Amino acid sequence: MIVEATGLHKAFGPAKVLDGVDLHVAEGTVFALLGPNGAGKTTTVRILTTLSRPDRGSVRVAGYDVVREATKVRGVISLTGQSVALDDQQTGWENLVMIGRLMHLGRPAARRRATDLLERFDLVDAMKRRVKTYSGGMRRRLDLAMSLVSQPRVIFLDEPTTGLDPSSRTTMWDAIKELVSSGTTIVLTTQYLEEADRLADRIVLISGGRVAAAGTADALKSQVGGERLDLRFAVEADLARAAALFDVPRGTDPLVLGVPSDGSAEHLYRVLDELRIAGVPVVRVSSHRPTLDDVFLSLTTTTGRTSVQV
Amino acid sequence: MSTIAVHGGVRNAVSDSMTMIGRSIRLSRRNADTLVMSIVLPLLMMSLFVYVFGGAIDTGTRYINYVVPGTILLCVGYGAASTAMSVADDMTSGMIDRLRSLPIRSSAVLTGHVVASVARNLLSTTVVIGAAVAMGFRPDATVTDWVLVVGLLLLYVLALSWLAAGLGVIAKSVESASTLSFLMLFLPYLSSAFVPTNTMPSFLQAVSENQPITPVIETVRGLLTGTPIGGTGQIALAWCVGLLTCSFAFATWLFRRRAHG
Repeated sequence: MIVEATGLHKAFGPAKVLDGVDLHVAEGTVFALLGPNGAGKTTTVRILTTLSRPDRGSVRVAGYDVVREATKVRGVISLTGQSVALDDQQTGWENLVMIGRLMHLGRPAARRRATDLLERFDLVDAMKRRVKTYSGGMRRRLDLAMSLVSQPRVIFLDEPTTGLDPSSRTTMWDAIKELVSSGTTIVLTTQYLEEADRLADRIVLISGGRVAAAGTADALKSQVGGERLDLRFAVEADLARAAALFDVPRGTDPLVLGVPSDGSAEHLYRVLDELRIAGVPVVRVSSHRPTLDDVFLSLTTTTGRTSVQV
Repeated sequence: MSTIAVHGGVRNAVSDSMTMIGRSIRLSRRNADTLVMSIVLPLLMMSLFVYVFGGAIDTGTRYINYVVPGTILLCVGYGAASTAMSVADDMTSGMIDRLRSLPIRSSAVLTGHVVASVARNLLSTTVVIGAAVAMGFRPDATVTDWVLVVGLLLLYVLALSWLAAGLGVIAKSVESASTLSFLMLFLPYLSSAFVPTNTMPSFLQAVSENQPITPVIETVRGLLTGTPIGGTGQIALAWCVGLLTCSFAFATWLFRRRAHG
């Protein structure tokens, strides 16, 4: 485990932000910390990256303790925060060389690294321009490039695609996938279920400062059940007869019945045939595959910890 | 995989500071508005006092010789105040988290700002003194006097810059940093910078004679134009060294404390 956090607690005054969070991230994987605003994602990342100290609990990153060996931890990680961290009045090139020098690469090495990264992120044409003239997408790309100067073993990305347009988001996703394929470990936070679903090997769902669920995207989805057919009826009496026919419990909607399904056409025929034979008219049929949204909603509402604080 | 040497000790500390100084100087150079203002404003003030108010103020000497030392300190105040704003700018942007998550000594960030501030002030002070000479300022200082003046001013600039850096760290925004540093701009007016303190009401006299700027001004004035210095030299030195020590401790302590919030 390259990141191991146990029993993290953090409060700001009376506000408990983290209330016993455990995290384990395997080297070379993508780990997503998923949760609504105010769940404690950013606080967790700040603790893992030595910027904030936990009130209780311990974190080891690459074997180093984040409190006692903060400098060693900083030598093997990089952080890309929620707000883009660039000097507007410096050029893209100057920003990158500065970080290289601060990571104690020699001057020639810092320059070589800056050139490589500018090429990789398609910023060569803009390298001599001040960052204040860059577009939003260019700033994000440079921001990510800044995190890669030191060739970190663990990259922390705090909401890397929040506020990006769809095409920039796809570019960012591709960049993240490429990093993982070169063996880097990535810890990212996101509010977007789709993002966690697409990128992460393992997801921890955090809500109200606690871990609400953890596992792969598939494992989380299976927690809320498999695929089902939603049958809509004109009147409640029809629904009652259908519920008896298939022996399934009624849901919250008085006119919609969910029937577990394997997703095959064969099963759909069978369900509709049985309904016709029994003389139960059905108005609409839709098939429903569980998404992380279902997981998210069911967990954040059943635990009653949907947090509103920021 | 990692190619970073974490333990470079002193060499890395020096190289980190140099990198941050280079950054801050580059940022100051490109922030033309602030740079121009920190030179133009003191020049305007000096012209205002020499040509507009000066005729009505009796200092017992030629007014320009009286007012130049105060103008220099005013100029330094402006220069230092902009340091508070650039530090606050770093603290409130994402940049500070990026810098703090690097394996560098955290004081390097503030050192960069302070050294750039000293460099900016050196430039603006030179311009102000040049303009003063063009307007008729005639110092009769020896080389030793000049060396002492430069030394004292450097100490004063360093002290104010560290104070401003500290204010920049506690400020919640760039705007509040500029408000906090207002005091530094205001203090010279309540001193012997523009008028002799014995013309003020007695309660103000007590304030103006016992605040740090008056002894510094009196010392600089004495060294440049030969007015009596007496014991004010030692008082000025004590103020500067004391202020520098406190401001440095205050700023670095605040910075570390905010780092672990």
